[in-house]
Amino acid sequence: MSWTRRSRLTPDRVAGTVLVLLALFAPLIFSEYWVATLLTQMLFLGIVAASLIFLSAYGGMVSLAQTAIYGVAGFALGNLTTNGNTKGLNLGWAEFPGIVVALGVALIVALVFGALSSRSYGIYFLMITLVLSVIANLFFGQVTSVSGFGGISGIPIPEFLSRTAHPDRLYFATLAVALIVYVALRYVARTPFGLTLQGIRDDPVRMSSLGYNVTLHRMLAFTFAGFIAAIGGILFVWWNAQIAPSTIGLSATIDVLVIAVIGGLYRLEGAWLGALVFVVINNYAPDIGFISERFHTLIGVIFLVIVLVSPNGLIGLWERVTAGRRRAIPGDITQERGSAEPTPVG
Amino acid sequence: MTEFAAYGSLRRAAQILLLALVAFPVIWVLFIASGTTFGPAVSDPKDFLITLLNGLTAAALYFVVASGFTLIFGLMRVVNMAHGAFFLLGGYIALRLQRDMVGGGGALGLSSAQVSLAQWVLPGLAAVAIVAGAGLIMQQLFLRWNQGQDLRQALITIAIAIILADQMLAHFGGVAEDISWPGTFDKFVNLHVYGIQYTLTRLVILVIGLAVGGALWFWLKKTRTGMVIRAGVDDRDMVSAMGINIQLTFAIAFTVGSGLAGLGGVIGGSFASLAPGVDANWLLNSLVVVIIGGMGSLGGAAIGALLLGLTTNFAAAYLPADYTYYSIIFTFVLLAIVLAVRPLGLFGRPA
Repeated sequence: MSWTRRSRLTPDRVAGTVLVLLALFAPLIFSEYWVATLLTQMLFLGIVAASLIFLSAYGGMVSLAQTAIYGVAGFALGNLTTNGNTKGLNLGWAEFPGIVVALGVALIVALVFGALSSRSYGIYFLMITLVLSVIANLFFGQVTSVSGFGGISGIPIPEFLSRTAHPDRLYFATLAVALIVYVALRYVARTPFGLTLQGIRDDPVRMSSLGYNVTLHRMLAFTFAGFIAAIGGILFVWWNAQIAPSTIGLSATIDVLVIAVIGGLYRLEGAWLGALVFVVINNYAPDIGFISERFHTLIGVIFLVIVLVSPNGLIGLWERVTAGRRRAIPGDITQERGSAEPTPVG
Repeated sequence: MTEFAAYGSLRRAAQILLLALVAFPVIWVLFIASGTTFGPAVSDPKDFLITLLNGLTAAALYFVVASGFTLIFGLMRVVNMAHGAFFLLGGYIALRLQRDMVGGGGALGLSSAQVSLAQWVLPGLAAVAIVAGAGLIMQQLFLRWNQGQDLRQALITIAIAIILADQMLAHFGGVAEDISWPGTFDKFVNLHVYGIQYTLTRLVILVIGLAVGGALWFWLKKTRTGMVIRAGVDDRDMVSAMGINIQLTFAIAFTVGSGLAGLGGVIGGSFASLAPGVDANWLLNSLVVVIIGGMGSLGGAAIGALLLGLTTNFAAAYLPADYTYYSIIFTFVLLAIVLAVRPLGLFGRPA
């Protein structure tokens, strides 16, 4: 109903407009630390989580390999654009060709990972992507010619985005990319490709018998989502100026899943909502007396409570609050459906 | 028709490529192996046999851990992401109990001369029992009422794994420690083959792995509970409809599966060391083994463990010296080959 042309003030639209306006004027409202650190981090983590939510909501594929592809883009950019003084290949390229090639490398890796995992469904898919993700992490940890345990540091950021040029520019660039990613993901979901993907999510066997190449669609969806995650990886290394294998380790992989689940695994908006909650907790929980170093326990407990109480995350709570307009939740993969079972298609 | 012909030749090409991918490492290890420490197996059979034994003993430990994982998955469709955390928990509990029993230890830990056989076995058994209990509690409190929602159950176990890992870091610290082998095991034995002196501890691991495999086989194939479990793997609802208490069977399987993770932790903690991050490695190992072998299949777990153990050990030993750090790629290639041929694993069956 929301995409018929009816200009009504739904709670979603009001909230969305307010949030985008808040984000646009954030430097006037929040401290520089909040904008340059927390909100920027929220935006690029949200991009990675959005790539996961896209796969899960429209493709029924909960992927744990998004962090790996994000890391591949980051490591590739690091190897290409650094110039001496750090681990890796130190090729010393300019930023622009560096981005293009880094995204290309990530795209190829995403295609390979997609080819390996897209024949599996449901929980199998989750496990295979988790394994691929951990292997990527071990690869960068062990192969010293491209990174090694300590990772790559001193990765340059384009001059006009740097903190020295202006403290808010990277934030605005990240915000712009996040908005583009959001619009692009929503657009792709409504193209014939996206609709086919949703059909495959709901019933792969039926789509296969209608003549669609199920595995190819899933593989391409995975590759596309990997590309989005890779964009997040580029923004991450610009923000952080360094990347290490621990950046894409198991706990980082789980963090992205936590973000997506806290936000809600079936709506793209949930990615940034979850990222905001995660970043704020990550940043402030260590200051609270009785939590201090045990903030991972806190994250775990919050995660557990959300999964047990509201499997659709904060977005699910929001929809329940603004309900009245109850609708069937598309792509709600936390509920059992026959099609979520691994069904061999061939 | 040309389209199909093209598809056929593509398939043929893929098969040849796969064959080459499998055959080349074998030929390399046996006859070429240039630039490696050992050289080809035909000219240095002693080190080849040692590597083979190392691979087999590693596989035994992989099997012990992964068999628990696959038992739980096969029956309940629960992917226990806390399996690695249970592994580490078992190791830490055994470590603490052993230190308390022997007394002392201090910063350097115990030496095997101080530890008697009972001081290794008893803490180990206690740790297995405690971890099995922890698994049972988790299943009853969090998983039982979410039966059938496999993604939600996986997320729950991930949350528990995060909490357990952080609490273990708080209680046991971040420094790597290890359980001490008893003096009885900590020695070399002469195998009388090419004069190989081999560590007894690794042979003990191999024996434990075989014993666990044998016991599981007997339990699943020859007892009533095992029969119910096998029936449950095929059709839970039907077993339940026959008037069998499937919930009790679930509880038993989860307890045994978690206990096996604990046992793996005791052995792994004696063989290598216990530290934060070890849980993630062992979750990965279990996942790789069962993805290769096929989820829920005990025989698959054995084959998967064997392939992974041999691949990692031979890759580490038989890569040219400058490239040894690429050995992780071989785990990936192994996984890729299996998934390309059989997406559900070698012994996997559709649910």
